[in-house]
Amino acid sequence: MSRDKEKASISLAITGSGGAGVMTAGNLLLEVAAQAGWYGLMVRSSGPQIRGGEAAALLRFSHAPVECLDDRFDVLIGIDWQNIHRFADEIPLDAASVMLGDPEQGEPPEVFVKRGAHYAPLAFKQMVKALPGSWPNMIALGLAAGLVGLPADSMKAVLQKSLKKGGGEKMAANLAAAEAGYAAAATMPAVPRLAGHVAPGASQKSAPGASQKSGPGAGRDARWLITGNQAAGYGAVRGGVRFVAAYPITPATEVLEWLAPALPKVGGALVQAEDELASINMIIGASYGGVPSLTATSGPGLSLMTEALGLAVAAEVPIVVIDVMRGGPSTGIPAKSEQSDVNIALNGLHGDAPRVVVAPNSIADCVAATQWAVHLAEAMQTPAIVLSDQYFGQTRAVVDPPADIGLTSERLKPSAGAEGYKRYAITESGISPMAIPGTPGTAYTADGLEHNDRGLPSSQSADHTRQLDKRAKKLSDFDYGARWADFEGEGELAVITFGSCTGAAREAIARAAAEGIKARLVSLRLLSPPQPGRLAAALAGAKRVLVVEQNHTGQLYRYLRAEYDLPGEVKSFRHPGPLPMRPDEIHQQITAWSCS
Amino acid sequence: MNSPAVAAPITAQAFKSDYKPIWCPGCGDYSVLSSFTKAFAKLDLRPENVAVVSGIGCSSRIPAYTNCYGFHGVHGRSLAAASGLKLARPDLTVVVASGDGDGYSIGGNHFLHACRRNVDLTYVVMDNHVYGMTKGQPSPTTEPDWDSKLSPGGTGLRTFHPLVIALAAGANFVARAFAGDPNGTADIIADAIRTPGFSFVEILSPCITFRPEQREWKQMVRQAPVTSTDDAARAARRIMTDDGFNIGVLYKGGRKPYQPPIGKGKKRPSDLEAEFTL
Repeated sequence: MSRDKEKASISLAITGSGGAGVMTAGNLLLEVAAQAGWYGLMVRSSGPQIRGGEAAALLRFSHAPVECLDDRFDVLIGIDWQNIHRFADEIPLDAASVMLGDPEQGEPPEVFVKRGAHYAPLAFKQMVKALPGSWPNMIALGLAAGLVGLPADSMKAVLQKSLKKGGGEKMAANLAAAEAGYAAAATMPAVPRLAGHVAPGASQKSAPGASQKSGPGAGRDARWLITGNQAAGYGAVRGGVRFVAAYPITPATEVLEWLAPALPKVGGALVQAEDELASINMIIGASYGGVPSLTATSGPGLSLMTEALGLAVAAEVPIVVIDVMRGGPSTGIPAKSEQSDVNIALNGLHGDAPRVVVAPNSIADCVAATQWAVHLAEAMQTPAIVLSDQYFGQTRAVVDPPADIGLTSERLKPSAGAEGYKRYAITESGISPMAIPGTPGTAYTADGLEHNDRGLPSSQSADHTRQLDKRAKKLSDFDYGARWADFEGEGELAVITFGSCTGAAREAIARAAAEGIKARLVSLRLLSPPQPGRLAAALAGAKRVLVVEQNHTGQLYRYLRAEYDLPGEVKSFRHPGPLPMRPDEIHQQITAWSCS
Repeated sequence: MNSPAVAAPITAQAFKSDYKPIWCPGCGDYSVLSSFTKAFAKLDLRPENVAVVSGIGCSSRIPAYTNCYGFHGVHGRSLAAASGLKLARPDLTVVVASGDGDGYSIGGNHFLHACRRNVDLTYVVMDNHVYGMTKGQPSPTTEPDWDSKLSPGGTGLRTFHPLVIALAAGANFVARAFAGDPNGTADIIADAIRTPGFSFVEILSPCITFRPEQREWKQMVRQAPVTSTDDAARAARRIMTDDGFNIGVLYKGGRKPYQPPIGKGKKRPSDLEAEFTL
């Protein structure tokens, strides 16, 4: 095998029908990479079937933190090819790509072949037969590890740990299968190897923000292997959440499955509700009782929750709702990503209902952004929505541990026995002390009906105006600090984006910089309330603004046009999910516009 | 005993707020309010330790008329809000107020699951067989031939049977009361609060504005001729075969309430990091 080519990152896909063990192989491969001191991530993609559907594990490795998928794949390993043509768009191959499969499973799909990828056969099934008790996915794992140049001892260490449960014989057989796959890699067409410590994108800067506080130099033992959904769950706990009620929904369920055993350990509890209406009303009830509370859902669930979100706005009860976005509208594409809930998050309530919307911009930032959202909700006694998405939620990555931002739940409470307590008193900040049931002398009724400062129902215009002003003011006057956005770089062209498009935009800007084209990046973490003064400062000197997002109508673009005075020419670059935003397509936009 | 003076027993008056109800004159809900405060006093509760949670409708206005902590939420979701509150704060006494529209129609799903979940709540439904706040539409307990603007000639639908549904869904305490008997109703509510788990009290509470014929209920109700049972099948048979006017505690079970051990775990959040760390 020749090793004439080196790259800053290597991308590899493993595919197969359900039950073939694609996700297991992918996860183990990621663990091997982590063990070897590499960074990497694995994106999951699967068909709609519960079992037996086609599945793809999409991996990318580097010596620097990896935040997004690359434009193309170096390697595709098909454990079988059943329905794998459905992934053709998600796994771009070209003449430099290598495609490996078992001839017993038939020829690779035409849609891949015609892209010119180099096909090499490997008899998985025969190899497995020679090792009774072993599985083809372990051959694929060894093959992948060998091809990308991961050390055999790292693979062995990971497998010994993970196969422990299966018992000695099974472990021995599958370890042997992985080693056979690893050995077979040497007979396969050459795959580029990872270059030394160079980031993806020729001159990638270390990303600011929580995700890389400790930097790529941090010892590998300190790194975390985590999904965005786990990260959001942990961020909630860090922020002080101790009660969660929720209803299962793809792709948010793992937030709940992580929290269910975690919360009791820290004195909290998770309750599975009968539906999303119950989930959100339960957490409003729990938070009214003084316990910081949260639910996690996806678009359809958020739609059901909007009425009660308005109740939390009006009754001023802090809650946090994590929306792990998926393709919409309606049931849409449940297991695949799209940033199309911007509109509902920002506007989806009746009445004038200000709310906080926070979007994490990396998998690691799911910790800090959720922690921050809990803090904001509690400090301002208002609902906060965390806009994550399926890409963050279900992607597992090796990350540097995100620093604890040190912000927890701090709710303003009245002093005990406060004379003439008024729950909704008009104050300078708009925030009024919130009495907690059990406290003598400050009983009040929290009400979704418009009310006066005591909380008693009122339909008088003066009370309505005063309370609307109060609820708007507490959000608009709050000091959000530097966390509202991450901005980096310089240049007359600014790319504004949010969420999971951030990694691709950062990489595109780095590529442009390598070609001498300067651009700056603004990744908004605080989507609502808008921060026009801060964005104007971040855009000072910019002449062109490119708004990048993954949805069909340019929901962020339209919001920015409505709420901000953007300098110079403004262009929207967008496409809907489930295809991820890739660095190359943003890079092309930047270079084409900069050179025009 | 040389402790300082023992506090005087608390009165029902101590649970009443100074806020004037919006109900029509003669509404049964006035009596239910009085039964609430009497029951709280009877149990020697303190207003700050009681939370009255409600949804939307005439009956759901009750929280602000008490001196307790109150929560007036959205239509149909009182049980969800109350469940969250009780699970997060098991030290509080949580009483839920609802009506036949709020509780049996828009909130029907939560009713089933609250019975099933058996959180230690008392659920009081003031049933007047009509939507009063929206001015006279049929509810799930309205008779099929009751004529209204929205249902000319009647709905033609059979009525919902809340008591037997509560029983089938797993409620641990099932009772029927009548607003016209505030002392008897207070006793039933106190018993419901005292009984652990999900207690369901259906109160016939006349709406004389839209259902003036309900004035006759006074003549129709009677004490149930039997004492309460812990046999759900027997209770179901009685409830299914009576005429809907037997008053009293009809079922009292012994199911353990659902209550996750909130506040018990003592680990720090950072202790959870081990599972991510390589």
